[in-house]
This record gives sequence, C-alpha cells and structure tokens, in this order.
Amino acid sequence: MADPRVSVIEDRLKKVNKVLSVSSGKGGVGKSLIASTLSLALADKGYEVGLFDIDFTNPSTHIILNAESVSPTEENGVIPPRVRGLKYMSIIYYSSGHVSPLRGVDVSNALIELLAITRWGETDFLVIDMPPGIGDAVLDMIRLVKKANFLVVTTPSKLAFETVRKLASLLLEMRIPIIGVIENMKMRESPFIQEQVEKMGLRFLGEIPFDYSLEEAIGDVNKLLKTMFAQKVKELAEKIALQTLGD
Amino acid sequence: MHEWALAEAVVSTVSQIAIREGLRRVTEVRLKVGELQQIEIEILRFALSELKRSSLLEEAEFIIETEKAELRCRVCGHKWFFRRNEVDEDVAEAIHFVPEIAHAYIRCPRCGSPDFEVVRGRGVWLESVEGVK
Ligand SMILES: Nc1ncnc2c1ncn2[C@@H]1O[C@H](COP(=O)(O)OP(=O)(O)OP(=O)(O)O)[C@@H](O)[C@H]1O
Ligand SMILES: [Mg+2]
Ligand SMILES: [Zn+2]
Repeated sequence: MADPRVSVIEDRLKKVNKVLSVSSGKGGVGKSLIASTLSLALADKGYEVGLFDIDFTNPSTHIILNAESVSPTEENGVIPPRVRGLKYMSIIYYSSGHVSPLRGVDVSNALIELLAITRWGETDFLVIDMPPGIGDAVLDMIRLVKKANFLVVTTPSKLAFETVRKLASLLLEMRIPIIGVIENMKMRESPFIQEQVEKMGLRFLGEIPFDYSLEEAIGDVNKLLKTMFAQKVKELAEKIALQTLGD
Repeated sequence: MHEWALAEAVVSTVSQIAIREGLRRVTEVRLKVGELQQIEIEILRFALSELKRSSLLEEAEFIIETEKAELRCRVCGHKWFFRRNEVDEDVAEAIHFVPEIAHAYIRCPRCGSPDFEVVRGRGVWLESVEGVK
C-alpha cells in the first residue's frame, strides 16, 4: 500500500532552509572537494551547515574532512555528528570501509532510509555531495527532496561540459532550480565554458584554477582551508549564499 | 530504521492517507515489518501508542505482522533467509539502520557473491488503513 519512509522525508528537511546538490554528469571533476570546502566556507560565515555524502558506492568526503573518529547518535532517529562545525552524514558510519556493491534499487532504498532517519534540525544550508552521472541519485534527489537546488561542476574539457549540458537540460526540463555552473581545474585562459553556460541561459558562477597543493591537503582541514582552491571556493560561497538566500 | 523514526513515519503516512480518504478517525492499521531490519516490535508498538495521541489515529489498533527476510543470489539463483545470529553485533546494528548495508557484509552462502536481492522482508510497509468517514 505505502512506504511510510517517503512521507517523513519532507518533515525531516522542514527546518533546512536551502539544499545545495553538488553534481556533474562527469566523474572526477571535483564535486566532493567543492562540496566539502563549500560547506566549511559557509559554516565559517556563521551559517549552520550540513554536509550529506550520498555517493554510497564511493563516498569520499569523510577522507577529505578526516571524519572517521566520530559517529551519529541515536535519538528518535539519527543525529549527525559534528565535523569541523558541520553536521555531517555519510554511509561510512554503517559500512565502515567495506565495499558496498549496490544496484540502482538499493541505492534508492539506502537514500530513502538515510533521508528518513537523519535529523538535520535547524540548518541554513544542506550541501549534498552527489555521485557522478545522470542516474538514480539525480532522479531520487528530484523525486524525494523537493527543495533541492543544483550546483553543477564541470572542468574546462569539452567532454566534461557535454555531460554537464545533458544534466542541465534535464534539470531545466524538469524545472529544477540550478544555482549555476562552476568551472574547476582551470589550467589556461579560455572563455569556452562560460560562453556555453551563458548560451544555455544558466549562471556561470566562476572558475577554480588547478591547484597543485590540493592533494597534500586532503584529510587536513587546516591545510585545505589555506589552499588557493579554498580561497576561490570561499568567494563562490559568498556568491552562492547571496544568490540563494536572496531568492 | 530506528523504531521511533519509523513510528513517526507510519503516523505521518497514515494521517495523510486518512485525510486523502476523508476519514474522521482511523480504526485499524495493518503493518508489515521485515526481519532484515530487526525492528523491535515492542518499542515500535510503544512509540506508535505515544505518537498517535491527539491525532486521527488516537483510537487505531495496530496489527503488526513480521515477515522473514528472504535473499536471492542474482548470480547462482540460491535463496536463503537472513538470520540475525549469523552476523556480528555491529553488522546487525548497521543493517538495522540501513538494510542495504547487508551488501557490504553478507555473501551468497553457495557462490560467495554480494550480488543478491532482498526478495521479501526488507523494511516496513503499510498494508491497509481502515477508519470511519
Ligand atoms: N582545482 C583542483 N586542482 C587540483 N586538483 C583538483 C582540483 N579539484 C579537484 N582536484 C582533484 O581531483 C580529484 C577528483 O576530485 P573529487 O574526488 O572531488 O571529484 P569528484 O567529482 O567528487 O569525483 P567522483 O565523480 O569520483 O565523485 C581529486 O584527486 C582532487 O584532489
Ligand atoms: Mg565525489
Ligand atoms: Zn550465489
């Protein structure tokens, strides 16, 4: 007759002001690093921020934030632990490093379950680190999280942008709000991505240069926040906060 | 799912159904609970009885049925039942919160594959809602 979990999801997100889904049609473009750093940057501005890693087969934000020593507490559901001031949730608290090979239907079920049990409470921004591609996760976000806004990440590559074009057309067709497009790992001057983005009627949020010091900073938040990458993400965070809270 | 979160979900869904169906009060709710998630039925019952107060469900009787968790290997077709006492305590706990995590720990007893499906008995399902208009 009915799955009781689905109807409680809206309740669970009631006190969340803005949901920002960091996504891309392509893998490896920097979604997880941007989602993590953006969350830290927003929290640094004084906002209450949640970060939810929904890349269930390949979670990675816990490595970036070094978030393994804490865990959620049980209280009429599950309360996310605090990681560097963020309310943080990931499937790693249940899979503890084991590979969890999941088919589409299992991915959906795991997402429904976690959305139904996690109590985010009063939150200004809930940042979602999405898996790559235009599949179950994107469709489930659209279906289950009615207030999701998408933040789309690309690289300067035509190949990455082609997947972003497809993702953006799907979102536009379904009338899902797109905050804008970020061009990551920029290595030389080229107006290509910005032109293409604007041609689609979308906002070009800005670019992040390729940063050779980034790999060294993974797992060390203090170091991460001092990178040029983080500097750029902080500027973007400012823009994103102004734009979304202004809506 | 945690029993209280689950009870909250049930009460919220039943209320929505009652409103949609134009019920003034709900008299009976039938629930199916799969064994994979190892829901403590007594805690669930208690949570439901607390949460239904001063709602359309106030007088509702909850009929809870449990269903064995049957798994089927997609590679060799073998079928078997999940038994809590065959997994470690912390694995059982993880599966309690997110049943799909079973794929990280459980393997087909015949061929060793993690590619199995839960045929029956995964989570919680509403079977029927009855009431008076
Ligand atoms: N601006 C940048 N400069 C240098 N390296 C970067 C930059 N952005 C991301 N990277 C590196 O690129 C790799 C991929 O980043 P990340 O894991 O965040 O991508 P992703 O889009 O989340 O990948 P997946 O699709 O697998 O989830 C990482 O090794 C990261 O350190
Ligand atoms: Mg990622
Ligand atoms: Zn098998």
